[in-house]
Amino acid sequence: MAEAHPVGFQYVVEAKNRGAKVIHIDPRFTRTSALAHTYVPMRAGADIAFLGGVINYILSNEKDFREYVVAYTNASMIVSEDFRDTEDLDGLFSGYDPELNVYDQSSWQYAGQQDEGQEEGEAHTDRETASGLEQESHGPPVPADVPRDPTLRHPRCVFQILKRHYARYTPEMVERVCGVPRDKFDEVCEAWTANSGRERTTALVYSVGWTQHSVGVQYIRTGAIIQLLLGNMGRPGGGVMALRGHASIQGSTDIPTLFNLLPGYLPMPHHRQHETFRQWIDAIRNPEQQGFWANAEAYAVSLLKAYWGDAATADNDWGYGWLPRLTGDHGTYQQVLDMIDGKIKGYFLLGQNPAVGSAHGKAQRLGMANLDWLVVRDLFMIESATFWKDGPEIATGEIVPEQCRTEVFFMPAASHAEKEGTFTQTQRMLQWREKALDPPGDCRSELWFFHQLGRLVRERLAGSTLPRDQGLLNLTWADEEPTGEDVLKEINGFDVATGELLPTFTALKADGSTACGCWIYSGVYAGGVNQAARRKPGREQDWVAREWGWVWPADRRTLYNRASADPEGRPWSERKKYVWWDPEAGEWTGYDVPDFEKNKPPSYRPPDGATGVAAISGDDPFIMQGDGKGWLYAPSGLIEGPLPTHYEPAESTVRNPLYGQQANPARKVYDRPDNPTNPMANDVYPYVFTTSRLTEHHTAGGMSRQLAYLSELQPEMFVEVSPQLAAERGLENLGWAHIVTSRAAIEARVLVTDRLTPLRVDGRTVHQIWMPYHWGSAGLVTGDSANDLIGITLDPNVLIQESKVGTCDIRPGRRPVGPALLELVDGYRKRSEDHGK
Amino acid sequence: MGVRTWIEGWPVYRQLTGTDPLGRGAAAQSRRSRELTARTETADSMARSVCPYCAVGCGQRIFVKDGRVVQIEGDPDSPISKGRLCPKGSASKSLVTSDRRVRTVLYRRPYGTDWEELDLDTAMDMIADRVLAAREATWEDADDEGRPLNRTLGISSLGGATLDNEENYLIKKLFTALGAIQIENQARI
Amino acid sequence: MGSNSLYGPLDPAPDAGYPDAPPRMGFFTDTSVCIGCKACEVACKEWNGVPDDGFDLLGSSYDNTGGLSANSWRHVAFIEQPAVDALAAAGTTGPQFLGMPGKDLPGRTLDAPRTDFRWLMMSNVCKHCTHAGCLDVCPTGALFRTEFGTVVVQEDICNGCGYCVPACPYGVIDRREDDGRAWKCTLCYDRIGDGLTPACAQACPTQSIQYGELDELRGRARERVERLRGQGVTEARLYGHDPEDGVGGDGAFFLLLDEPEVYGLPPDPVVSTRDLPAMWKRAGLAGLAMAAAVAVSFLGGRS
Repeated sequence: MAEAHPVGFQYVVEAKNRGAKVIHIDPRFTRTSALAHTYVPMRAGADIAFLGGVINYILSNEKDFREYVVAYTNASMIVSEDFRDTEDLDGLFSGYDPELNVYDQSSWQYAGQQDEGQEEGEAHTDRETASGLEQESHGPPVPADVPRDPTLRHPRCVFQILKRHYARYTPEMVERVCGVPRDKFDEVCEAWTANSGRERTTALVYSVGWTQHSVGVQYIRTGAIIQLLLGNMGRPGGGVMALRGHASIQGSTDIPTLFNLLPGYLPMPHHRQHETFRQWIDAIRNPEQQGFWANAEAYAVSLLKAYWGDAATADNDWGYGWLPRLTGDHGTYQQVLDMIDGKIKGYFLLGQNPAVGSAHGKAQRLGMANLDWLVVRDLFMIESATFWKDGPEIATGEIVPEQCRTEVFFMPAASHAEKEGTFTQTQRMLQWREKALDPPGDCRSELWFFHQLGRLVRERLAGSTLPRDQGLLNLTWADEEPTGEDVLKEINGFDVATGELLPTFTALKADGSTACGCWIYSGVYAGGVNQAARRKPGREQDWVAREWGWVWPADRRTLYNRASADPEGRPWSERKKYVWWDPEAGEWTGYDVPDFEKNKPPSYRPPDGATGVAAISGDDPFIMQGDGKGWLYAPSGLIEGPLPTHYEPAESTVRNPLYGQQANPARKVYDRPDNPTNPMANDVYPYVFTTSRLTEHHTAGGMSRQLAYLSELQPEMFVEVSPQLAAERGLENLGWAHIVTSRAAIEARVLVTDRLTPLRVDGRTVHQIWMPYHWGSAGLVTGDSANDLIGITLDPNVLIQESKVGTCDIRPGRRPVGPALLELVDGYRKRSEDHGK
Repeated sequence: MGVRTWIEGWPVYRQLTGTDPLGRGAAAQSRRSRELTARTETADSMARSVCPYCAVGCGQRIFVKDGRVVQIEGDPDSPISKGRLCPKGSASKSLVTSDRRVRTVLYRRPYGTDWEELDLDTAMDMIADRVLAAREATWEDADDEGRPLNRTLGISSLGGATLDNEENYLIKKLFTALGAIQIENQARI
Repeated sequence: MGSNSLYGPLDPAPDAGYPDAPPRMGFFTDTSVCIGCKACEVACKEWNGVPDDGFDLLGSSYDNTGGLSANSWRHVAFIEQPAVDALAAAGTTGPQFLGMPGKDLPGRTLDAPRTDFRWLMMSNVCKHCTHAGCLDVCPTGALFRTEFGTVVVQEDICNGCGYCVPACPYGVIDRREDDGRAWKCTLCYDRIGDGLTPACAQACPTQSIQYGELDELRGRARERVERLRGQGVTEARLYGHDPEDGVGGDGAFFLLLDEPEVYGLPPDPVVSTRDLPAMWKRAGLAGLAMAAAVAVSFLGGRS
C-alpha cells in the first residue's frame, strides 16, 4: 500500500499512531513492510492456503462473531445432500466434467434447490462470457423456505461444511504450503481475531495483484469469508478494500468499457441465453428473487431509453434488437490471439499500452502487427504505437517494418487538466474535475474523439435502410459536442417527458418514462446539482465527509452498512456505531446514508410469496444478494467451486501439498504453440517470480518513464534476488542477469537484497525473485518488459490473467540479441519438455 | 532610480546603517529576494481537479497563468488526500507540460518505416472510413440457428481505466450501436 | 553584533537584522513514518524548477539520487539492516559479503546486530543551521539569512565562487555544473513568505516532513520520541534539535531510528566558522576602521 498508494497509506500510519497493529503479508519486504509491526513473507500463489488456515483457526477456536454470523450470513443454511466437498474428491467438488473442465453446479445448491443450479453447459458459457459472477452479485433465486439450523450443528449446514472443508488447513499445513513459520502465522490469527467483534473491527486491504491469479476471485472470497465470520463487513474500520491502480478503473467497470457488461453491471446479451428482451430481463432479475436486482427491468429499459430515446418503444422492446450479442469469450486476450490469427481488422488503444502492460508482450505485439489499422490515443509516444519500428521483435526478425501492414494513427490525447469530467476512485466515489485549460495542438479528449467519430459514421450511413444501421442511426447523439456535464446528466437519468433530472435509482421506471445511462450512478445529478463536484473541505465535516464528491449507490460511503447495527437495529457497540434504527423517528439514521430502505423496521418480515425489495427482511443487510445474506458458501455462480480451495498456480515449482488436484481445474487456458506454459515442478524453470509496481512509476510507464523527475528515481529495469539465490546463481549486485520462461528471456540489473528471503516449502527451499513491470522500449528510461515473461492463463470467473506468479530461470549476464534470443528460449522449452518426460 | 535609492539598496550601506552589521540577513537581501512571491498566488486561475494516476483519488489544484500550467499541487480541502500527493501525483505538472508530449497527429502508412504528419480532420475521416469498412467486412446478422447476433468481431478496443466516466459512457454507447462488442479495458487485466 | 553570533544558542533572524522577525520556521523530519516514496524530491523539483540529476541506477537499495546536491534538494536515503541470523546464514559479515562487492549497504554489518530486518528511510535536506558556515563564508552576500531564520542562496547574486561548499559541515550546498552557481533548499522562501507550506512538506503523504515554527516542532518532536520509546522503539532519538550543538541547532532537524552515521549524517557537526570571533578580536579593529573609511568615502561622494 505504501508502494502503490502512498497517500492512502497515511491512514494506516495514522491508525498505527493511534495504536492499531499493522500486518503486512507479501512475498517480498516492501516499503509497506517497513512500517508494519509484523511482516510475513510467503510464497506467491499460496494465499488461499494461508487464509484458509485463518478460517480454520477461527472455526477451531470458536473465534467467530457468532451473533453476526447466525443473523447475517448463510452459515445456518442446509446444503443439498448431493454435495461433495474437495475433502471427498481429492481437490474437486461434486459435478466436475473433465471434458469441458467445468462443473454442473446443481449439487452445490441449498437443500431442495438442486434444480436451480447451473448446468455444466451454462457454466461453460458463464466462463466464456465472464458472467459467472453476475450470478453471484445478482444471486440465485432463494425462496424463504430454505431449511436452516440456527444452532449451526446440522452436518450439512454451511457452517459445518466450512469447518470440514478447512480442517486440513492447519498451521502445519500453512507452514508447509506457504513457507510461513508457525509463530508468524499464529501472530496473524491472534491479532486478526482479537481485533474483531463488537468493539473492534479489522480491515483487509489488498492491491489488485490479488485479482491476477488463476484463482484470483477465490482469493478475494477467502478474505470475504474471514471478514464475514469475524463480523467485519458493513462496519466502520472493516471491509475488504481493493486498492485499484488507475484513476477511474472503478468507473470503467461501473460504466464499462468491457465486453460482457453494459452500464450498471447489466449483462451484455448472449445470443442463446438472452435471445429475447424478456429472457434478458428475467436472467437479471430472477422473477422470484428478493433484493434490488428485482427491479432490473426499470434499470434496463431506462438504459435503452438513454441510448435510443424516442426510437425505443414498448413495441420494439425498447430497441433491444439493436444490441449486439455475445457468443463466447470476447475478452482482451482472446482478441489478441484472434489478431495473431488475422481475424481482427482494427484496434483502438485508449490510454492503454498492452505492448508493455498486458501479459505475454510478444503476443500483444505480434497481434498488433497483424491488423489492418490501429488507432493509438495517448499523451506520449508509447511502445504500443511503435512496435513496428523498435519493439523487441524487430531485433529477432519476427517483425520486419517493410513487411508489417498495420496502418497506425497516433492521435494525441488531452490530459486530465485539459478536460472536465468525473473519475470514480477506488471506494466508488465520483469526483468532478474542472477543466484548467484547453489541450494543446491536435490533442483532444475522448469525449471529442468519440463524439466526432459517431458523427462521422452516422453521416456516412445517413439514409441507410439496412437493419444493421438502424441502431446507429437511431442513437441519441447530439450534433454539437456535448460537455462532460451533458453526459453526466444522461448518466444520472431524467424524466423523459419533462427532462427533469432523477433523484435516485428508485425513481427509475420500466414503462419507458425514464431514461438513465447507468442506474447505479443515478443521483449524481440529484436536484440538478452536480453532486460529484461537491467540495466542502474535509476539515469542516465529520470523518465520513459526506459533502465531498458522490459515492454510488445513492451516496452510500460504506456498502451494506445495515450490518453495522445488530438485528434489532442497535449499534453493535457505542465505539463502532455507524448506522442504526431510530424507533422514535421510525427510520434508519447515522453517519452515513443507510444502505437499507429508510423506513423498514428491523422487525419487518416479508409476507408469504413476497419478491423483490419487499422480500428483504428488516434484518437482512446484504440487500443485493438474492437471500439478503453474506455468503460464506456460494451455492451458485462461481465457476470453480462454492468454497475457495488452494490450488497451485498454473506454473508452480511444487506439487499441490493439499490435494491431488494440482491447479484450478476450471481455469481458462489457451492451448496453442505460441502460448506455452512452463511444466509444473520442472528443474529447468526452478524459481518463482512475481512482479509489481514501484511507487516511482505507473503501470506500463507511459505516464512516468516519460518524465525526468520520475525516471531519475528508478532509472533502470532491475530484478531483486536474495543473497542466497545470488550466491547460488553467481549474481552480483548491480550486475546484469537474464530471466527466462517458455515465452521470453529478458534482462535486468540485479539488486541483491535481504528483502527477499528463501522459503522452506514442503521440505524444499523455494527461491522467489521479484521484478517491477514498468519498462519498455520507449521513454526517457527504457528496458525489457517483465510482462513478456508471462503466458496467458486466466481466472475462469472474470477472465483476468495469472500474471502475479510464474516460474523461471535466472542467470548472470545479459540476454542474447537477435535470433540467438529465440534459440535460447526454445532451448529452455525443449529441455523442460525432456525433463518432464 | 535616485541616488539615495541606489545607495540605500547597496548592501554595505545597509549593513553599516541598519540592524544587520554582519551583513548576513536583511542587509544582504536582494531586490529579487524581497519581491519573491509564490506563483500560485499570482496565477490567473485555479482549477479543482483529481490526480490522474492511481485510484486513491487525491485532490489536486491546477494553477494556470498566461495559458500555461504553472503548478499542480495537492488540494488541502480533500478529505481523501488532505493536500498530499505521492511522487507521481507530484509530477503532474511535468505530465501535462512535458515537451515530450505528442501534440500533432502522426501517421504510419502500411509497410512504412517512419511517422508522417497528418491533418486532424483527415485522420478522423480516414478512421471513420476504416471503422465502417471493417464493420461491413465482418458483419454478422445471425447465428447458425437464426438467432440475432447483430455485431462485428472485426473491431477491438482497449482502454478506459484512465478516462472519464462520461467518456467511457460515450465509447460504450457508440461501439454498442456499431455492433462492436470487443471493448475492453485495464479492469480485465 | 551579539557576542555569540557565530556560535552557541541564538535566534538567528533578529541577529541578522530583522528586529521584528516572525517566528523561526523549520522542518521536523520524522523518519519513523517515512515510507521512502520520494514525493518530497519530486514536489521540490516541480516547485523550484530544479533540473533532473541524471538517470543512474546506484544499486544502493532504492536510492538512485545518491545525496543532496545542487540538483537534488531533498534526498531520501534507504538503509537495509538485515537480521543477524540472515548475516550468519550468508556466512559473512557485511564488508566481505559475496553478493555485494565493494558496494556494501550501510547497516549490513554485525556491528549492529538485529533480530529482525529493518528498512530505514530518511528524507534529508539542508539543515538551515543556526550558525551556517555557508552563509558566514559567502563573500558576495548571495547567501543570506531570511526573516524566518532560514538560509537561502540568492541566485541573482551568486557568482559561483564555491567558498560555501567546503564550509557546510553536512556537505549539503553544491555548485551546479552548467552555471557554476551554488544551489540548495530555500525552505521554499517564496512559498513561506506567502504563508504557504514548502512543497516537500505539503506533498509528504505520511507527515514525515512537518513544517512549522521551530519551537513548536521541537516540542512536538520531544513528545514523539517519548511516545515511540514508550512503544518500545528505544532507538528513537533526535538529531539536530539541540541549540547547544556545534551549529547552534538546526532549522531542519530529524527523528532517527539509529546512529546518524547509518543515515550518512555527521555525528557531531561543527560550524566551520566557530573560531572566527577569536580571530576577529585580533583583526576586528582594523577591519571596522577600514569599513568605516569605505562608508565615509561614499557618503562624501554624494555631496
